[in-house]
Amino acid sequence: MDAMSLQRNKIHPHKYSLWIAMGSITMMFIGFTSAYVVKRAQANWFTFNLPIIFWISTAIILTSSATIQMAVKQFRNRNMQRYKQLITLTAILGVAFALCQWVGFQQMNDSGLRLNGPASVSFIYVIVSVHLLHVLGGVVALLIMFGKAFRTRVRSYSSVPIEVAATYWHFVDGLWIYLLIFLSVAR
Amino acid sequence: MSNEATLHSQEVIHGAAHAHDHGHGHDDHEHHEGGFISKYVFSLDHKTIAKQFLITGIIWAIIGAFFSVLFRLQLGFPDATFPWLESILGHWAKGGRITPEAYYALVTMHGTILVFFVLTAGLSGTFSNLLIPLQVGARDMASPLMNCMSYWAFFLASVVMMASLFVQTGPASGGWTSYPPLSALGDASIGSKVGMDLWLASMALFVVSQLLGGLNYISTILNMRTKGMNMTKMPLTIWSFFFTAVLGVLSFPVLLSGFILLLFDRHAGTSFYLSDLFVAGKALSNEGGSAILYQHLFWFLGHPEVYIIILPAMGMVSEILAVNSRKPIFGYLAMVGSMFAIVILAFLVWAHHMFVTGLNPFLGAFFVLLTLLIAVPSAIKVFNWITTIWRGNLRFTPGMLFSIGFVSTFISGGLTGIWLGNSSIDIHLHDTYFVIAHFHIVMGVSAFFGTFAGVYHWFPKMFGRYLNNTLAYIHFWATLIGAYLIFWPMHYEGIAGMPRRYYDYTSWESFKQFADLNHFISIVVIAVFAAQLLFVFNFFYSIFKGRKVTTTNPWNSTTLEWTTPINPGHGNWPGEIPEVYRWPYDYSKNGKDFVPQTVPLSPDEEKEGHH
Repeated sequence: MDAMSLQRNKIHPHKYSLWIAMGSITMMFIGFTSAYVVKRAQANWFTFNLPIIFWISTAIILTSSATIQMAVKQFRNRNMQRYKQLITLTAILGVAFALCQWVGFQQMNDSGLRLNGPASVSFIYVIVSVHLLHVLGGVVALLIMFGKAFRTRVRSYSSVPIEVAATYWHFVDGLWIYLLIFLSVAR
Repeated sequence: MSNEATLHSQEVIHGAAHAHDHGHGHDDHEHHEGGFISKYVFSLDHKTIAKQFLITGIIWAIIGAFFSVLFRLQLGFPDATFPWLESILGHWAKGGRITPEAYYALVTMHGTILVFFVLTAGLSGTFSNLLIPLQVGARDMASPLMNCMSYWAFFLASVVMMASLFVQTGPASGGWTSYPPLSALGDASIGSKVGMDLWLASMALFVVSQLLGGLNYISTILNMRTKGMNMTKMPLTIWSFFFTAVLGVLSFPVLLSGFILLLFDRHAGTSFYLSDLFVAGKALSNEGGSAILYQHLFWFLGHPEVYIIILPAMGMVSEILAVNSRKPIFGYLAMVGSMFAIVILAFLVWAHHMFVTGLNPFLGAFFVLLTLLIAVPSAIKVFNWITTIWRGNLRFTPGMLFSIGFVSTFISGGLTGIWLGNSSIDIHLHDTYFVIAHFHIVMGVSAFFGTFAGVYHWFPKMFGRYLNNTLAYIHFWATLIGAYLIFWPMHYEGIAGMPRRYYDYTSWESFKQFADLNHFISIVVIAVFAAQLLFVFNFFYSIFKGRKVTTTNPWNSTTLEWTTPINPGHGNWPGEIPEVYRWPYDYSKNGKDFVPQTVPLSPDEEKEGHH
């Protein structure tokens, strides 16, 4: 970019910050899941099956990871039309994921597994909703990028923002897989 | 991508950025210099953000310390009445005596404000922001925008916490740790009503502020160092801010998890922490929860938190001791290694706060061992500070005095940590004044000494003026002597079994003997508080009227911040960022008083294999 880029910066500082932020978010969920483990070891732990729809939402979020990766590729190839379509699709899949989780909560609630019930049930509601908030944060980021793609006055050719968003998106995807496996195994 | 590029992307260009703009011929001066709001309020300049953190921290420190004066009045003069208290606290001090509810609110707020708002945000917020870019040679933080957001999240947290002081049922009053079930049940005490919700909201914002700040500190230190600035050429201040940020980024989210579960228990009828409870004679439906769970989550942050507070102070003290002894720091790598060891151990000792919760004694033994291990890196650091000043050419500047004071209080407070870290002794001493004495000296007073040392030392860099020395010396001696007079006697009270958090000890046969001692402590507290106001006056007076700094390097220091102009603009260096060739502790070397980091190695030095 200029003389200063002779510095040996292998990784963009914003990407670096994202990695630290992901470490931080991971710690939060380690906090939740270790609380879950501690609680589970105590008396009167109540077991039940997770709603099936959580597996559908898993398929959706996995697909969205693929679409955002394709979006990064299209951006690098300056194929802006495809790029816009793909990030829109990713955002829609994100919202679909949220809806599935919501339906899952409804199903749990209807079958008598209420938020104010046993702690094992409450944990599902809390952990899944906090994860969902992180997914919705990603959706908001995608909407901002979508808006930026339509700006005509200032054009940005840096692929850093979309790469940061894609890394984050894969992260919340991976986080969900971890949570699903954890919550299914440690029932 | 580089420093410059980051600044560009934030649309704040200054200093060296002129170089680019010459060709295009536009004058960017009024574009970024103008505007009170963008320069002083929503500033993206790390130096301004540092000042914002510092001044907000000072305001909170005055409030937090004043609260301690108020509850010390109750402890020192339990039978007296002070009509003026009723005029400021209203029905919280009916008849001029603080009510029990107000007492608990004051104690809780004193702890919350001092631990989080002053010694976390005020200390590491100020100096990490000020010194990281200046000492590693960067134009600004990795993300100036996030840095700005970090301050404003802290500001919002402050507003919410301040608002909680004025709600009808009062602020949170279940202790700064907010243990459930007391904090989870609004019916349990008036301090657990809306004040508790505001406390949690404020703390959540505070965690956000800490994370935004911490991310920036880490990625700036790792990515934006100037040419030649290897990790091992960084001043120890930077190492300490780095470790502090790592601790914060990894432990604050866990605290947030604990708070989220607590909020659900308060408002959604869940039972994470609640079980088998009776409030006002009525049985609650909550079943199966565990209050100990909260303590685990809380202390997983809570213990690293004390190192978040003390590490920046350690880093600054190391730097100031070396500069004012005109000697290299003794054992640079041992200093870094011991800080690293402290960071690792910080995550493995939280249960030593919980020895009396029914923790398995077998498990407790491990926590005792790990806790006592912290004595090793701490002792290494103390040894190195003493050997740094040993036979040095000491200059007793105010910053230097406070640094020496830090070493003193860190030793005397640290030694009692060895007592408390033993689970069997802790059974007797837990929740007594001994604990109060221990953590106030080792964490509170020491961290304040580190802060003061930093303020006196870097005030010339912040404002281009000096603080008044006479007031500074009075401030130092009053604070040092006062702190020992306040907290030393508390050890005896604690060994005698006097419990903390009690409102009144007069009706208690075993502790009546301490009435005079408590009386004495309270009088000293008032005197020390007055001495701090002297500092506050000195601070604000000197910003405008202090003696002007006439040289760029007033302390003859080697580090990069003193290569900037006396009042650096945004971007820090008007020209190129200087290159670094040597470590920051070349004092009294080869007949020279000091050699700045920017001086290339001489052929002789290269031969002998320099750092």
